[in-house]
Amino acid sequence: MHSLSFDIAHMLAGSLVLVSFMQLYQDRLYALLNIFALHALILAASVAWQAFVQDAPHLYLTAVIALVFKAIVIPAALHRIIVKLGIHREIETVVGVGPAMLLGMGLVALSMVVMLRVTPEADPLAREDLAFALSVVLLGLLMMVTRHNAVSQVIGFMSLENGLVLAATGAKGMPLVVEISVAFSVLIAFIVIGIFLFRIRERFDTVDLQALDRFRGERR
Amino acid sequence: MTFDALNGVLLIPAVSAALLAVLPGYVLTSRLNVLGTFLTFATAVSLFVVEPRSGPYLLVDDLNKVFIVLTTFVSFTTSVFSASYIGHEIEIGRLRPAYVRFYHAMYQILMFGMNLALVANNIGLMWVAIELATLTTVLMVGIYRTHEALEAAWKYFILGSVGIALALFGTILIYMAARPVTGEGLDAMVWTVLITKAAKFDPALLNVAFVFLLLGYGTKVGLAPLHAWLPDAHAEGPTPISAVLSGLLLNVALYALLRFKMLLALNPAAIAPGPLMVTMGLISAVFAAFMLYRRRDIKRMFAYSSIEHMGIIVFAFGMGGPLANFAALLHMTMHSLTKSAIFFAVGHIAQVKGTQKMADMGGLTVTHPVLGWGLVLGVVAIAGLPPLGIFMSEFLVVSSTFARQPWLVLILVFAIIVALGGLFLRLNGIAFGEPRGTSAPAEASYVPMFSHLAIVFVAGIYMPPALVAGFQNVARLLG
Repeated sequence: MHSLSFDIAHMLAGSLVLVSFMQLYQDRLYALLNIFALHALILAASVAWQAFVQDAPHLYLTAVIALVFKAIVIPAALHRIIVKLGIHREIETVVGVGPAMLLGMGLVALSMVVMLRVTPEADPLAREDLAFALSVVLLGLLMMVTRHNAVSQVIGFMSLENGLVLAATGAKGMPLVVEISVAFSVLIAFIVIGIFLFRIRERFDTVDLQALDRFRGERR
Repeated sequence: MTFDALNGVLLIPAVSAALLAVLPGYVLTSRLNVLGTFLTFATAVSLFVVEPRSGPYLLVDDLNKVFIVLTTFVSFTTSVFSASYIGHEIEIGRLRPAYVRFYHAMYQILMFGMNLALVANNIGLMWVAIELATLTTVLMVGIYRTHEALEAAWKYFILGSVGIALALFGTILIYMAARPVTGEGLDAMVWTVLITKAAKFDPALLNVAFVFLLLGYGTKVGLAPLHAWLPDAHAEGPTPISAVLSGLLLNVALYALLRFKMLLALNPAAIAPGPLMVTMGLISAVFAAFMLYRRRDIKRMFAYSSIEHMGIIVFAFGMGGPLANFAALLHMTMHSLTKSAIFFAVGHIAQVKGTQKMADMGGLTVTHPVLGWGLVLGVVAIAGLPPLGIFMSEFLVVSSTFARQPWLVLILVFAIIVALGGLFLRLNGIAFGEPRGTSAPAEASYVPMFSHLAIVFVAGIYMPPALVAGFQNVARLLG
């Protein structure tokens, strides 16, 4: 069962989790963007490998989308935004690096326990893929809650989406509908985010969401 | 593909959205918006007369017919309300005319998204549709571009995307569970196929999938503790959107949950989804009931009231059984109608008072008798006082579940009474006593509000046997 194809898929999905961890402790936006580009690159490789293993040519499309949009276009665009806003200073994290990493490890352990226990009969490739994908999703969530900065929250959201793409491609023979929809939702999400960043910039001259918190409707 | 009522409820909003995106002029476009939603409503009603055939992507059955008709009806009346509301917003310069085109197109896309979610026969397609509906409402919530509106939209977006992610993961897991039984490909995502073969799915995978779906779609339903986006989004967006959010979008997410609940119920080895839903429903109801007391913003208060009622509905659906399901369906319908009527009143009240702060409102029944008494009637209805429709549905929820879980029902009754107290405490200050705050003459359209309230009033006294039979049928389907 542990053939070469399995090992490579395993390695790629595992590296995705590793890169998710790397994102957690980046405290500069540029570095964070570069790591995200790496994340997307590994995702593209992983999806392409799945396409090859499963003999499912439509998955190459998903791989290309991941490569072009997430590894090149979006990081480049966010880079421009960061330059324009002049916010390449440090990111404040809500929890420190140490606790964030510990929490991250806890989440990965949780997803392993949950997914590996409930899927004993599924084929090993899909099974490990799902466990890794859930880890990536949870790490993305963790990143979204440990950051205040809008740009890094967006990056957290996109790495979370990467985890979903990994899960969708790991599920063998899942109809094309879903792949397109995933790619599409990322696109829409990005447009929405773009508009929001623009508007936040317009209104607040900062993308620090703590500045927004002051305007909470309930507080006087 | 031939044109029938099934794709009609999708095509009409899509075409209207395209038209409204390009046509100029507020008067024309608002009328066209009303016309579009009315045609959609008429098409939806025709589903009861001629039932089109379901395919692998679209489906019509007794369950979703109820939801579609309710959705299209409330979106029609809301578009009538919206026409006068948005007109006023343009007059006072709160909304720039350039945004109106965007607003109307988004309104139709939202209708398209909700209808698609309701008729989708494919769990992937349903997910896409709910996301589409969510993203359009995110844009609409932020349309005023004030500090508060942007924060609300951002919060809604972040929490919504977390919901998106969890629901998609659950959807993928359902596919994984179905694949060994149905074979690879499209079949493993089609409702009508899944339902017939659910008994043979791997129960462990189904369990995990349902937890993700409950958390994911539960975020959209506004269940505590995933509700944080809901009050902000209701308070800061345009009021027609608050009405549609409370009255419709929450129901659509609930519909998705119900479908998955049916799937799990058919698998004897899977966990019973009921207790999970009962727990979340109770927590939401109790939590929201207490939150009603400390509110200062009128729209925010009614947003919490929506959380409370969604909690009651989810509780009743979680209890299951024909009677409780019937009560839940009725309560959902009554809540949609009443809550949107309240938001119609609140929208105009906020306009004549120039504020949403309840401290600056008072004596509305004196200064604006029609609006004031409309609000009073709406609040009396939503608080669950007899003889209105919500009293009856709440009574049914309590009586149908009391024999099975008396302690849980006592908690629920406690929440309902706490909420009643909170609502009347505020209502007293707003509607009666000395007039307070600035006041402008009302240029309101009262028809949508009073037509909703009239339906709720009549339903509390008399329900047509055909309607009762229809609801009973759906309640049996839900198991």
